Formats: sequence, C-alpha cells, structure tokens
Amino acid sequence: MSTTSNRTTTSAPGGRRSARPDRAAWGFLLPFVALFLFTFVLPLGYAVYQSLLTPVRSGPLGLGPATLGFAGLDNYTLALRQSAFLESFARVLLFGLVQIPVMLLLSTGLALALDTLSHRWAGIMRAAYFLPYGVPGVIASILWGFLYVPGVSPVVELLGKAGLAPDFLGYDNVLWSIANIVIWEFAGYNMLVIVAQLKAIPQELYEAARIDGASPWQTAIRIKLPLARPALVLTGVFSIIGTLQLFAEPLVIKPLTSTVTNSYTPNLSAYNEAFANNNIYLAAAESVLLALVASVLSFGFLSLVNRKERDAR
Amino acid sequence: MSVSTPHVKKPVSASAPAPRAAGERRDGRPRRGVKPSRVLLVALLTVAALYFLLPVYWLVVASTKSSADLFGTFGLWFSDPQWLHNLSNVFSYADGIFWSWTWNSVLYAGVGGALATLLAGAAGYALAVYRFRGREAVFKVVLAGVLLPSTTLALPMYLLFSKAGLANTHWAVLIPSMVSPFGVYLCRIYAEAAVPAEMLEAARVDGAGEWRIFGTLALRTMTPALVTVFLFQFVGIWNNYFLPLVMLSDDRKYPITLGLTTWQTAAQRTPELYQLTIGGAFLSILPLAAAMLFLQRYWRSGLTQGSVKG
Repeated sequence: MSTTSNRTTTSAPGGRRSARPDRAAWGFLLPFVALFLFTFVLPLGYAVYQSLLTPVRSGPLGLGPATLGFAGLDNYTLALRQSAFLESFARVLLFGLVQIPVMLLLSTGLALALDTLSHRWAGIMRAAYFLPYGVPGVIASILWGFLYVPGVSPVVELLGKAGLAPDFLGYDNVLWSIANIVIWEFAGYNMLVIVAQLKAIPQELYEAARIDGASPWQTAIRIKLPLARPALVLTGVFSIIGTLQLFAEPLVIKPLTSTVTNSYTPNLSAYNEAFANNNIYLAAAESVLLALVASVLSFGFLSLVNRKERDAR
Repeated sequence: MSVSTPHVKKPVSASAPAPRAAGERRDGRPRRGVKPSRVLLVALLTVAALYFLLPVYWLVVASTKSSADLFGTFGLWFSDPQWLHNLSNVFSYADGIFWSWTWNSVLYAGVGGALATLLAGAAGYALAVYRFRGREAVFKVVLAGVLLPSTTLALPMYLLFSKAGLANTHWAVLIPSMVSPFGVYLCRIYAEAAVPAEMLEAARVDGAGEWRIFGTLALRTMTPALVTVFLFQFVGIWNNYFLPLVMLSDDRKYPITLGLTTWQTAAQRTPELYQLTIGGAFLSILPLAAAMLFLQRYWRSGLTQGSVKG
C-alpha cells in the first residue's frame, strides 16, 4: 500500500525511495484527471451554466437579434411544467421497477442453475447467454424490431398460428417489448458477474452444507444467494443508471409504432429539445435534472442496501 | 464512499455452518442418476438458451435472403440462400461506406479502449500505491463519475466541443472514450491486492525510478485487471450510440452502430436497404460475438479478481 514503509533496509542507496512520492503519484494521475475534468466536470458545469440562460429577443415583435440573458430557474420550471417530460420520468421509473427485478431474477436463476451443471454444458450455455452482450443496443433493437413487426416476424406468425395475436408494438405493450430488448442484452452479462462471485465462494462452505444434509436447493437459497449479494448490488446499481439512460432502444423502435413519442424517455426528450427544437438551454436543464435523479436513485439504492447489510449483522 | 463496500468485501463465512471434524467427511455428491428435477433444470436452461439465440439465429437466416424472400417467406428457415451476393452488396453500397464505418468503429474502440486502459491503470495504481494529500478526494470524484449516466453528459459535451471546434471530428468520439472511471476503480482495487509493497521497495532499493517500476513491474502484475478494463471499454465504445450520434454529422466518420441506423431509417423509402441493414448487422456482430465466445472465460476470471479482492 504505502511507499513510506518504516522498515529501512540498511543498503538503501541514498534517500531515493522517499523522493517525493507526491509528485510521482500526481504524475500517474494527471493524464486521467485532466481528461476526466475535460469530459466529466467541465460539461457538467457547462450544462448547469447553460441551463440558467435563455435567449432574449429584442426589437419590435421580438424579431431583432437575440442576446443571452440570465434566466434563473426558468428553464427548470419550464421543464417540470411539461407533462410529457414528467411522464417520461414516470415511464422509465415504471420500466425500471419491472425490468430490473425481472432481469436480475433471471440472471440469478441462470447463474445458480449453471453452478449445479456439469462443466462442459455450463460452458456452452454460459456462452449462449452471454452472446447478446456483444450485440450493440441499437443492433439488438433493430433485430427485435424485425421480430415484433407483423408481416416480417416469424414470432408473430407462429403465435398467430397458435391462436394468439400479440401486438408487440401496441400502446400497452411497447414499453415491455423494449424491456424485453434490454433484458435480452444484459441478463447474460449480469449472470456472468454473479457467476464470478459464486466462483469466489470457498468450496469448504458447500462441503460443510452437504455434510449438514442441505439439499442443493437449500444450499442455493441459504448460502449462495446471500454470498452473491455484492454482485447483485453492483448489477442493481448499473441497471438503475442504465434504465434512466434509456435512449437507443426506443429511438430505433419509434419508426415502427406511433406510440413511441419524441419524449418517450427523459434522454429522448433532452435530445429532441436540443436537436429538433433547437432549445439547448431547456435541453441542458433536462440533462441536469436527469443526472440529478440518476445520482439520487443510485446513491439512495446503495445506502439502502448498505444500511440493511449493517442491520443484518 | 459507500460504493466501495458492496463488492470489495470478501465473502463472510461466519453465517455458514462450521465444517465438521475431518473424520466425518464423505463424498456427498449425489449419485449420477437421471433425476426428474435435473431434467427439468436442463430443459429450462435450454429454453433460456433458445431465447438468447433466437434473434441471432433469425439474423443469420435473414442475411441469406433476397429482399422479396425477407418479407415473403417464413423467417426462421432458409429460402434460396444468396449470402455472398447480399454481403458483397453491403460492402459495395455507396462507395463502400460500410468499410469506413468498420474502420471507424475499430479506431474508436481499439485506440480509445487502449488509451483508456493505460490511463486508468496509471491512475488506479497511483491511488493504490501512494499515500498523498487529495487521494481520497480524487477517488470519490472518480466514483461519482462511475455513478453518473454518461449520456447526460453527451449533450453539454457536444456544446462544449463545438465551441472548441472539436465537434464532428474523430476526436469528438475518441477523447471521451479515453476516460474510464470504472476502470480506475477496478485497477485500484486490483493493484491494492496484487502489487505488494515489498516488491516496490525492492525495486526502489535497486535504484529503479517510479515510472520504470510502473512500466516494468506494476503493469505486468496488473495485466488481468488491465485486460478486463480494456474489454469493458472496447465493448462499451463499440456499442455506444448516443455519443457519436450527438457529436458527428458527417456519415463518413460514423461508427457501424450509427451507420446501420441511417440505413434502417432510410429503408422506409428505399426498401432494398432492409437487406443491407440486416447484412450489415450480421457482419458487425461477427467479430464481437467471436471475441465474446473466446474471451468469456478470461473475462470471468478478471471480473472475479476485480470484484472480490479487497
């Protein structure tokens, strides 16, 4: 850990080793920190700054040249007064409340099941589940889009023959069709994180459980699941952040159905405000609000599970 | 900060029953008979595998079809395969723009991923090995960076970059791709466990400078973590859609993801583009799918080391 160990070895040539560790440390950190400031801190500050501005038109009928004026929190109140923007937040929250538990249950179930399978089969299955992670979100959405559209989709065709007539792109279903795409993309990845954690459990625990007469099912619920908790927390946090960023999937599905609007998710809303409506100041306010909600939710989730963990001790 | 707690902790064995005396040990493995519960389990796992493979299988079949067959025949079975014809169309369309997209994706993900890994490695190493003022502050800021959705930054970054004259250049995608807070986090955890203080001390006694120690010793010891960071970053950049969408307006600078959606959108007017979109999607997932299958074992071990060593 530390460079300044007190065990001074006798043959150390001159005070070389204590030579300004601070300077060396900052030397290693500097490239990253500089770029981090440029790509994280600066844009965030700039977004906050922009969100406080508004163009002020001059001249008769406001047709004169526009100047930038200080708007205070006007952009924020404007954003929060738009029902479509608020609805987009409600939509992704509902989406996350359903999609994240379903996905994590699926990932955990698959991970636990694979853990009991013989080595060779587990390897093949794991590869099959993990494959979608290598498919970019937009490509996955294009693929599933084809599988949702009647006329092209063999899935719709088969279900139709079976007497079901699913409307994957209908008003009530499209959100869950998007959830399906996200689950398809990330369930295997999350499963792999959980599998990694399970592999780290010392084998003696399983041995002890067997000797105590625990069934595989009991072992899974009582031992594996609690010990896989850190992985579940990690995947949970990343899922929350991911859900709020929802963008590519609805954007790709949008041309296929009229139910996906320009402000279907907060991110789409901000993007649209900036590039279609040319209102970068409102877009900046929406971005800041989104970042705020995302950090409140992910920090909140973390402190919640941490408190539960402490209480459990 | 609290994020470090969840997955840094070692599994606690206190809650589990203590092992019994060694003499009582026996082979507890269940006999290898065909139990109904096991058959059910394998059946469920197979169904899950079919679900995950379905769209990819559909893509393979669809990429062999003519535009007419794409809409006229059953999607899960072949009909007059004309694969080479379709794929060569993908490459030749619009003066071979697909080649540019491929090259751009490789450039963004390869160079961006490599530089991000190097920077994250150095930063994580510094945070793990040195004690200096501001260390915890830097680490906290990095963690906040992990928790911040990157797409919320893309818009303001675009505004900033266009002021700086960087928008619609390769740099606009490359520069943000070189920063990986999660990589720093992973490298710090790994370096704390894997780079022993004695090794550093010995190297210093031998007269090696700090940079030389990092370049020769630390980087080698940290290789598993660095590979993991590179893979994460590579896939992350390759799959990234929002950033290039916001930053780039010249379609010759697009990565594959962005390029294919332009084809998909235009297909409503030019139906032949449906086949090109499908062929392009097929080609674009080939290298990554191969890498996934090949590297998942390594990836898994890298994750383990990153997530449980404290």
